[in-house]
Amino acid sequence: MSDNNIDKRDWQTHPPYVHLDYKSTTFRGPQKPLIPIKHSLSELSVPAFGQGQMHEHDNDLTINGRVDGEPIGERIIVSGRVLDEYSRPQSGILLEIWQANAAGRYIHKADQHDAPIDPNFLGGGRCVTDENGHYKFTTIKPGAYPWGNHYNAWRPIHIHFSLFGMSLASRLITQMYFPGDPLLKLDPIYNSTPDVKARERMVSSLSMDTGIADIALGYEFDIVLRGLSATPMEQ
Amino acid sequence: MSDNKLKQTPSQTIGPFFSYALTPEQSDYNFKSIVSPEMITPETPGEHIHICGSIFDGNGDVIKDAMIEIWQADDQGHYLDRDTPPSSEVFTGFGRCDAEVNSGFYFNTVKPGSIGVGHAPHINMIVFMRGMLTHAYTRVYFSDEMKANEKDEVFVSVPADRRKSIIAIRNEDNGKVTYQFDLRMQGDNETVFFDV
Ligand SMILES: [Fe+2]
Repeated sequence: MSDNNIDKRDWQTHPPYVHLDYKSTTFRGPQKPLIPIKHSLSELSVPAFGQGQMHEHDNDLTINGRVDGEPIGERIIVSGRVLDEYSRPQSGILLEIWQANAAGRYIHKADQHDAPIDPNFLGGGRCVTDENGHYKFTTIKPGAYPWGNHYNAWRPIHIHFSLFGMSLASRLITQMYFPGDPLLKLDPIYNSTPDVKARERMVSSLSMDTGIADIALGYEFDIVLRGLSATPMEQ
Repeated sequence: MSDNKLKQTPSQTIGPFFSYALTPEQSDYNFKSIVSPEMITPETPGEHIHICGSIFDGNGDVIKDAMIEIWQADDQGHYLDRDTPPSSEVFTGFGRCDAEVNSGFYFNTVKPGSIGVGHAPHINMIVFMRGMLTHAYTRVYFSDEMKANEKDEVFVSVPADRRKSIIAIRNEDNGKVTYQFDLRMQGDNETVFFDV
């Protein structure tokens, strides 16, 4: 394990700690330079998660929050593959997701947005990728919601994703966006990647093959994590 | 060669509303948790310790909408890696805490052993919060291990005047061992974060 290398965090892809358009980063993001670290087992190992830790309906958000009926909104199926930079499927990876309901309201106690809570929708889910790196969630298309960053600021519709890869260094929390959302170009969070092209990798695509005909539209979202390379570091 | 490589998916903020999905039981939501800040049972081998701390922003205000994760070796210095099948009876070495609940974070765990020569006992920590677009990695070293710390390659790579920011301070009270480890996101005493 410790003979392996892991590719560096791509700082043209990942947003900087301080991004002025996203106001809270200015007093929360670290400002001193990061200290380089020589990877050891501490960074190259990662906790084990397995199918055995999943509960029934953990990956079906249209069911796992039901109290007395179906959640309101457009039913969708979000699926894709988790790969590393060498296109290798990342199997047995824990994915956790969370999102607002169809009205743009989170079940979270601190969400004060004046939009209705859906009593039958929690908005949280999880799954483990299969041997080909595939994952799949059934959920409700979330709504846009305002946030206090600037005057009349609205987040584009999104689903939050948390992933563990093959090492602690490949840990990732990101957001999946929807194609054609006119709010994307106005959003400081989406637009925080230094490389303009990088942000497009967070936009899912509509797929008529991955939904269920006449039941749910499919959106595909592939995720690329930092990969362990078994070969010695290039000179 | 590198031209054929796929590009990484960008990081985005965890935002303020993660807890009902990521730390649901700790944060009192009706959804099962698969990880928690309670990492041990009374039977877990090793010295049982409580690690806690507050998170401060650049204005000195306490940050609550944050999530802290830790990953550590067991008391023998062994990581329960992903190749080891998970079992609820086993100490996994992984913990997660919603900092909202107690206006800070805590973990009940065991003090890790050294993972090998040149490595002082330490815990890997990841910091996520609203207002941070990319997570930050730090390490927790122990105030009662200064001899080992000074032989630790990573610890000594930190400028001497910043090392105290990654040392957890040990306190013993009636046999209960507590380590205090505050995180300062900015300022003169900014916590050391690593380019993991
Ligand atoms: Fe959100």
